[in-house]
Amino acid sequence: MSRLLVCPPDYFQIDYEINPWMRRENGVDPARAVRQWQALITVLEQDVGVGIERMQPVQGLPDLVFTANAGVVVGRRAVVSRFRYSERQREEAHFSRWFRERGYEVLTLDPSLYFEGAGDLLGFPDAWFGGYRQRSDIRAFPKLSEIFEREIIPLELIDSRFYHLDTCLCPLSGGDLLYLPSAFDSYGLAAIAERVTEDRRLAVPEEEALRFACNAVCVGKQVVIPVGCPCTTKLLEERGYRTHPVQLDEFMKSGGAAKCLTLALD
Amino acid sequence: MCHPDAFRSGAGTSRERFVMTASQETVFLQGHIIDSLILAKVLDTILMMGGTFDLQDVKIGATREASSQARIVVQAPSGRLLAEILRAIQPHGAAIEREADCRFEPAPAPGVFPEQFYATTHLPTQIRLDGEWVEVEGMEMDLGICVDPAKAHARTVPMGRVTAGDLIVTGREGIRVTPLARPVERDVFGFMESVVSSERPHHPVIADIAQRMQKLREWYRQGRAGAKVLFAGGPAIVHAGGREALAWLIESGYIQILFCGNALAAHDMEATLYGTSLGYGLTAGRSVPHGHEHHLRTINRIRTIGSIEQAVRSGVITGGIMAACVQCDVRVVIAGTIRDDGPLPGVLTDSMAAQQAMRAEIPGVGLALLIASTLHAIATGNLLPATVPTVCVDVNPAVPTKLADRGSFQAVGLVMDAASFLAELARELGWRP
Repeated sequence: MSRLLVCPPDYFQIDYEINPWMRRENGVDPARAVRQWQALITVLEQDVGVGIERMQPVQGLPDLVFTANAGVVVGRRAVVSRFRYSERQREEAHFSRWFRERGYEVLTLDPSLYFEGAGDLLGFPDAWFGGYRQRSDIRAFPKLSEIFEREIIPLELIDSRFYHLDTCLCPLSGGDLLYLPSAFDSYGLAAIAERVTEDRRLAVPEEEALRFACNAVCVGKQVVIPVGCPCTTKLLEERGYRTHPVQLDEFMKSGGAAKCLTLALD
Repeated sequence: MCHPDAFRSGAGTSRERFVMTASQETVFLQGHIIDSLILAKVLDTILMMGGTFDLQDVKIGATREASSQARIVVQAPSGRLLAEILRAIQPHGAAIEREADCRFEPAPAPGVFPEQFYATTHLPTQIRLDGEWVEVEGMEMDLGICVDPAKAHARTVPMGRVTAGDLIVTGREGIRVTPLARPVERDVFGFMESVVSSERPHHPVIADIAQRMQKLREWYRQGRAGAKVLFAGGPAIVHAGGREALAWLIESGYIQILFCGNALAAHDMEATLYGTSLGYGLTAGRSVPHGHEHHLRTINRIRTIGSIEQAVRSGVITGGIMAACVQCDVRVVIAGTIRDDGPLPGVLTDSMAAQQAMRAEIPGVGLALLIASTLHAIATGNLLPATVPTVCVDVNPAVPTKLADRGSFQAVGLVMDAASFLAELARELGWRP
């Protein structure tokens, strides 16, 4: 059974602004956020059937809830993130401790190499994509490639609204790819086309990408996706995926949705 | 001393294309840079921003998982543009290779370099001072490099002119020598590749030289830097009958600087005063009675007057090469030797002083003609940076060969008689004797 790492949103709020989504005056409704998060976990556990590992929330670290940015885990090996912004750098020690306490071999990159975990590194079993420019440093990928013995194709993120790769690209278990073409330049699009054939590339309309259609969690043929993405849902269902729409607009105030709230552990 | 820009941009677009670029930096790129098109993106960015690159050491990963790597030399016409390009490509992973600064030591005594001094080539050279690449000024072969780290300034210095305590570059670290790119201009300087042959048809070569001189004269008149023509010649020019053609070239504004010895000047003025060259009648072609005295009497006459210039201005020397130089304000450096008679007034008998005077004339030279003189041709060749196109003409193939072996794409050697060369060159430029 797949396992996902999550962190309850006890302290989730907008304390600072480090992406175009975050505005302090656009405050989080805490009770609503908790309800949305609980609903997501219920769907994941009951409908999708994954195991959930909860980490302890920490006061003063509102974004710890976005566990996708903890690092990247393959087998018993975890490379912990190095955040670009100091506001989130304090999360690193907590993620690191969580992995260590559970017996993972914890690796870190050179402190000068920003790398924001599974938010910027995702892919298929044989080909990974690495988002860079907004948050992660492209120079982190050759090191990660060496550690995990995987090809990592760097993709420049050219739209600051799609600041992590998981906001504009989502590899699906069947070899299909959800993505927002306008978030990449022509080099990135050509590199994607080189790895994923046209019939497997599912282009998400921008208005749905802005509702975090690409920030979906795919396990087997089940896809948990934010509500309000009918075109994407249709594209997925035509390919035989079963979609589970969830309301996550409280988390979108901070620039994240389903995928950002989870980290695949194996 | 010459500013490197004089070689680079002053002579206009055609030369700009074949001389090196002003600034460069080596960057290293690694990862899955091929299939991701990151390498293509970096190279495209360099070109789109107006830079150029030299792709070195590309290693493609052996398996799909293995990284590839590339070392890229990024070049740009200015330091500022280079900095902009580097700023643009760094987010794509292009990391500047950290190179060591150059080392330097104080000169232990006047006229003495430190033991491990770096000896220059005639190619454009930069040294790294405090992390920055600094262009070495006054490039010339076989010199040392004197640095002023406080001012981030470096210039060449001859061994004999170093003063105790001057900071002299040592070792080989932090020194970058840029080979010249092959000239793109499709004339003789672009094709000759330093081959010297007495069997090569001369006419096309001379026509190309004439064309270039025509262009340089135009640029010189427009006040552009790097458009001067330097002529270094020996007395065979006078003996062989090339005097009129050379005087015409000077009078017509094709030559701005003359390097010669006592003999060329003496025999040229002997020809004016006596109609002989080293005692031979130039028209009759026979030795004339007491002709061997003519050059001595000529030298004595000029010494009496006080200077060559005065001899011309007072109407004693009415024609020929030296008269043309005086009348056309051509810069003349006359270097003496141990076999000189007299010598003429103005001859620099201290060899090092003569070398220094010649060196001072090099900045702004866009073409050098080294004709019928082993001594002056080699001396001048040693002073020239590799960026200056050079023509060497001599009946003895050893001279142009030696010059051409300096490793420049822009050295053309012709094995032929000086008078024939000058006459043909002048005719090509419109001389009608």
